[in-house]
Amino acid sequence: MDFIEQMPLIGAAMTATRAWTFGFVTITFMIYLYIGWRSRVKESGEFYVAGQGVPAIANGAATAADWMSAASFISMAGLISGLGSDGSVFLLGWTGGYVLLAMLLAPYLRKFGQYTVPDFVAKRYYSETARIVAAVCAVFISITYVAGQMRGVGIVFARFLEVETWQGVVLGMVIVGVFAVLGGMKGITWTQVVQFFVLIAAFLIPTFALSGMLTDSSIPQIGFATGDIAEKVNLIQEDLGFSSYTQPFTNYDMANVFLIMFALMAGTAGLPHVIVRFYTVANVRAARYSAFWALLFICLLYTSAPVLAMFARYSILNTLEGARIGEVAKSDDDVEYIPVYRVNDEGKEVPIQWVDTWQKTGLITIEDKNKDGILSLKNVDGNFDEVKIDKDILVLATPEIAQLSPWVIAIVATGGLAAALSTAAGLLLVISSSMAHDLYVHFFEPNASEPRRLLIARIMIIGAILVAGYFGIAPPGFIGEVVAFAFGLAAASFFPIIFLGIFDKRMNREGATLGMIVGILFTAVYIILCRSDRVLGFDEPLMTPWFQGSSWIPNGLRPEGVGAIGLALNFIVAVVISRMTSPPPEEVQDLVESVRVPRGSHAPEAHFDETDAEADNP
Amino acid sequence: MSSSPPPSRPEPKVAYWQQNLMVIGVLLTIWAFVAFGCSIFFIEWLNQFQIGNLPLGFWFAQQGSMYVFLVLILVYALVMDYLDRKHDVKE
Repeated sequence: MDFIEQMPLIGAAMTATRAWTFGFVTITFMIYLYIGWRSRVKESGEFYVAGQGVPAIANGAATAADWMSAASFISMAGLISGLGSDGSVFLLGWTGGYVLLAMLLAPYLRKFGQYTVPDFVAKRYYSETARIVAAVCAVFISITYVAGQMRGVGIVFARFLEVETWQGVVLGMVIVGVFAVLGGMKGITWTQVVQFFVLIAAFLIPTFALSGMLTDSSIPQIGFATGDIAEKVNLIQEDLGFSSYTQPFTNYDMANVFLIMFALMAGTAGLPHVIVRFYTVANVRAARYSAFWALLFICLLYTSAPVLAMFARYSILNTLEGARIGEVAKSDDDVEYIPVYRVNDEGKEVPIQWVDTWQKTGLITIEDKNKDGILSLKNVDGNFDEVKIDKDILVLATPEIAQLSPWVIAIVATGGLAAALSTAAGLLLVISSSMAHDLYVHFFEPNASEPRRLLIARIMIIGAILVAGYFGIAPPGFIGEVVAFAFGLAAASFFPIIFLGIFDKRMNREGATLGMIVGILFTAVYIILCRSDRVLGFDEPLMTPWFQGSSWIPNGLRPEGVGAIGLALNFIVAVVISRMTSPPPEEVQDLVESVRVPRGSHAPEAHFDETDAEADNP
Repeated sequence: MSSSPPPSRPEPKVAYWQQNLMVIGVLLTIWAFVAFGCSIFFIEWLNQFQIGNLPLGFWFAQQGSMYVFLVLILVYALVMDYLDRKHDVKE
């Protein structure tokens, strides 16, 4: 491939990259701040649900930005690249959940129309205990998630603007703080709309460029199928002792693929920061269309990510296998790295710049194990033999791998920040609303005045930002594990009880509460025991996965997929217990009857300004 | 569910709800067939066919299913618009 052989010396371009990045980051941050200032709010209805006047298409873009986190933007393509065909669990798990959300939850929750998910749980199950359980789950899920986002912000700053990680995290906190504290959901929504366009442009530009270079079509979704990269990757993979890229069930067995995919789907549909976005639209019809817009916008990235993953895998294998390893060198700021070279047609050694750059951040490490001066990517226990590449750098490094202009590299960095900040903002709002609205105001100051409620919400969001920032600067080792945890818990707790609350009129307090407790406990205990080495710091996990060595699930039930089992248990317990106890009171049955019908989502008790509801729909 | 309510309570929209359930049932069956069928259970069988230069099962798992999801949600929103009008529960 010529783009790999024509490696120009881009030492000078690095400073250009920094200048471009600095420029893009400054401009986008100014826009976010301006929107935050413009949409500052004066009452809690606007703070929590943006006054329920967000048009469906804007809500779709905001949901997409909210939902696509640093993990989707920065990590997912890298994961898929490593997993090959089995990487589909993330693609289909995360997008498939929107089908469940759109048909089973979103329209009915919008009709119910209060501020938070615990609001619905408390009303539907006429129980304040259920409210507390739901609010605590929402806070836990959101805090673990937001910590990872702040970490993402830190990485991007550290790599592209070459500041300390903590400085990057603090800057990110300040920016999120301004638009979230001033504007609440309203500020967050419109900022997220802008952030969506930033992040999608940042993802698509290098993917389109790469597709144009490697295939005959610059539309990646087409080049993916029509190009011959798949065959080439499969060949190189087999040469190096890896299983072929398009071969399924090489990393997870079929049962695990099924369970993980299902847990991610139900988890997506049950995540509180996504559900709450559907409270912000004008009516039930807008909630349905906004689910469509959200998935459309998400699919722009999600159908490109597997293409980027395969192209990047090809580029890495093709560039690094057999490259020359140089002597240990020192960079200007005294970081040691090992330069690698590719020999071009004229027999000259050309440095592979991006490998050197990322070695300086410690995210690529090279070790010439057999001292032959040649880099080998042979399969050793599923990893490359002589080079370690952190999965998280793949998207950020792709423009450099493909030798794109410095401004493209800068825009990718800006997109990574947009992805992390937009998700962080949505999560912080859920933490704030659960703490302020569901726990504090509800139990301690039920008669608080409107300005007082707003003040409490703002104090809580500042508190949440400080906690998130702390985890961003001093991350506990288990953030990666905890993301699986968040999805599993959402799948095993919120999804079944909201679903049954709408579709099973006979479901009552006893069934739902017990179901939720059994689902959460089972899932949490299984994950903690299987991952106790990471989560609790033990030397060995306390438990090996179940069913190991059985014929249908030879590698054992993976903790990422256990949420699907927790969900099933929740369902069974809830249905059995509810049929053994007394039916819910009549007014609750009326509530169920009313959420099933779209008309009247602006009931008087919702106390919202009717003029806000006249927003247009597609 | 279909027991006649006392006059003070709202009239349940039984027909509307049952048609809604049927729409959801049909669409989710397609959803499950594509997500779990084409992308997991039958992926190896489908991989003997090609779409362009890719094995068909692999393509479903990494591209095709997502296009189907998108169409399913759009169809749901459109059909529900029709049902809302037909049963006069539109806002």
